[in-house]
Amino acid sequence: MSRVEGARKAIEIVKLNKWFGQFHVLKDIDLTVREREIYVICGPSGSGKSTLIRCINQLEHHQEGDILVDGVLVEKGGKNQETIRRTTGMVFQQFNLFPHLTVLENCTLTPTLGLGMPRAEAEELAMFHLKRVGIEDQALKYPLQLSGGQQQRVAIARSLCTRPKIMLFDEPTSALDPEMIKEVLDVMVELADSGMTMICVTHEMGFARQVADKILFMDQGEIVESGPPGEFFLNPRYDRTEQFLSHIL
Amino acid sequence: MAATEQTGSRSSTERTGPGRLLYDATVRAIFLQALTAALVVGLFAWLIYNTMVNLQERNLSAGFGFLDVSAGFGISFTLIPYEEGDTYLRVFFVGIANTLLVAAVSIALATIIGLFVGLARLSDNWIVAKLSRAYIELLRNTPLLLQIIAWFFGVFNLLPRPRDSVVMAEAFVLNNRGFYMPAPVPELGFGYVMAAFVVALLGAIALYRWEDARRDRTGKSFPAISTGLAMIVLVPLVVHLALGRPLSWDPPVLQGFNFVGGVSVPPAFCALIVALSAYTSAFIAEIVRSGIQSVSKGQLEAAGALNLPPTWTLRRVILPQALRVIIPPLISQYLNITKNSSLAIAIGFPDLVSVWMNTSLNQSGRAIPIVAMTMAFYCLVSLTVSLVMNSYNRRVQIKER
Repeated sequence: MSRVEGARKAIEIVKLNKWFGQFHVLKDIDLTVREREIYVICGPSGSGKSTLIRCINQLEHHQEGDILVDGVLVEKGGKNQETIRRTTGMVFQQFNLFPHLTVLENCTLTPTLGLGMPRAEAEELAMFHLKRVGIEDQALKYPLQLSGGQQQRVAIARSLCTRPKIMLFDEPTSALDPEMIKEVLDVMVELADSGMTMICVTHEMGFARQVADKILFMDQGEIVESGPPGEFFLNPRYDRTEQFLSHIL
Repeated sequence: MAATEQTGSRSSTERTGPGRLLYDATVRAIFLQALTAALVVGLFAWLIYNTMVNLQERNLSAGFGFLDVSAGFGISFTLIPYEEGDTYLRVFFVGIANTLLVAAVSIALATIIGLFVGLARLSDNWIVAKLSRAYIELLRNTPLLLQIIAWFFGVFNLLPRPRDSVVMAEAFVLNNRGFYMPAPVPELGFGYVMAAFVVALLGAIALYRWEDARRDRTGKSFPAISTGLAMIVLVPLVVHLALGRPLSWDPPVLQGFNFVGGVSVPPAFCALIVALSAYTSAFIAEIVRSGIQSVSKGQLEAAGALNLPPTWTLRRVILPQALRVIIPPLISQYLNITKNSSLAIAIGFPDLVSVWMNTSLNQSGRAIPIVAMTMAFYCLVSLTVSLVMNSYNRRVQIKER
């Protein structure tokens, strides 16, 4: 049935609840992602999709429920966030590259200072991933000298340099001009094909159709609908999903 | 370019006669620039001529000959040795030394206080944040001269007489004559302690560089900064103890009506330092706050998601970006302190403006050279600092397309 039948669970979320003050952002979220699986999360803004993936690498702390990342239970209040973040990588909507460092330095920062890698080795690793995303010739430039699409590809390479097992994408193409979206999606497709476990918050339904094992639709803090792309697009079970799809397709 | 020529040629063909030149943009621009230049040169020539005539009428000279003449007045507080019979030139240097002393001490204090208040302003603790806000708004929004006078007449002049002094740790004395502290008295062998300090300092720098290079090579890290700091403190201390403590302290002692011995500064100095550093610290606090806030939350999240260790996040991500925003206005505050220290004249502290622009000028009547020398000093200090800062700024500027 599934192409990853029987694979280990990369992420397991059980009865996750989170509040921002009085506001209940995530309500009883259950989710299991197996290794090599690609999940796409979509939904209207404010539905909690970003918050959900930010809970996985503990950029947000949850109040109730359990999150297991690569078999490790996430402790409340971010107490073991460093352990969790060793296996996860994240790509942000706004790229968040370090503007005062070159592309190469952006990529070698954590390998040299966090992972204890000699500089020469870290640079080799960085060049490998920069080549992979197609910008090895821009390595000595500064982020703001590049286009948005190039910056986002640097961000992907930078994250890959920390050797994550799971990649989290938080609306990676939403801040890009239409002609640059494709170059980023191509990199993500290549990454998916290489066997990376990925959770992508995105509205790029073409991408979802092409690579996703499952698409989740979230609304008001709940996973309303989930299923493989075929089912999801052809016969959504809920009105809200149908409405949403009619807006973005 | 082509368009300009076209309109130019059209206007010259359309308009004929003497009025034609008025409509030619090039001719008009040259004429206006020449007119401006002539006005500026004329104004200066008139000023200089007028001054010369006036000086001649009153039998005054604009020369610097008076600098060798004995000034003949006393100065209540001098950093460099000075006696009443010394020359005017000496008075100039006494003023400069006093001004630089006030500036240096105030800059150090204002920076430390400003840093803490700025961080407190960002605190999650409601009371701490509001208190620092109140501190900033109160000090920033009242005139500095008012604050200097308030500190002088309201605090330091109202302190008890020497007999009832406030004595702290049996060494620091505060009364209405000023602030007294023990003076260090180096003895034979103290030179070795100083030498040990210099060696430790150089050693710490070398250690830092070595650690950086080794980390690049092997990836292993080592706490070079804390080790270096420990070296700088411990090595001179060990040498000091080994040589039988070749540095003693001369504490201030009450004799008759006043304290003698130690180092002392007058109340006016205390008031000036406290007022200048408190006032400027409010501005520095805001500069620090804005610098820290200028580093977007996204930068911290990226560093977090990449699992960059917190100390490296501070050193390689936050500080380089925050300092880029903080340093230029900070330097401008340092220059402000230096210039604002001239308000010392209001409470009788003998800074450059007080002893030179006021007393010396009144006594000698050499307004032109005295004003020129004073302005030259302030300009020299400010321009030197600006020069250094501009080169720093060019170096840390973020490169965009």
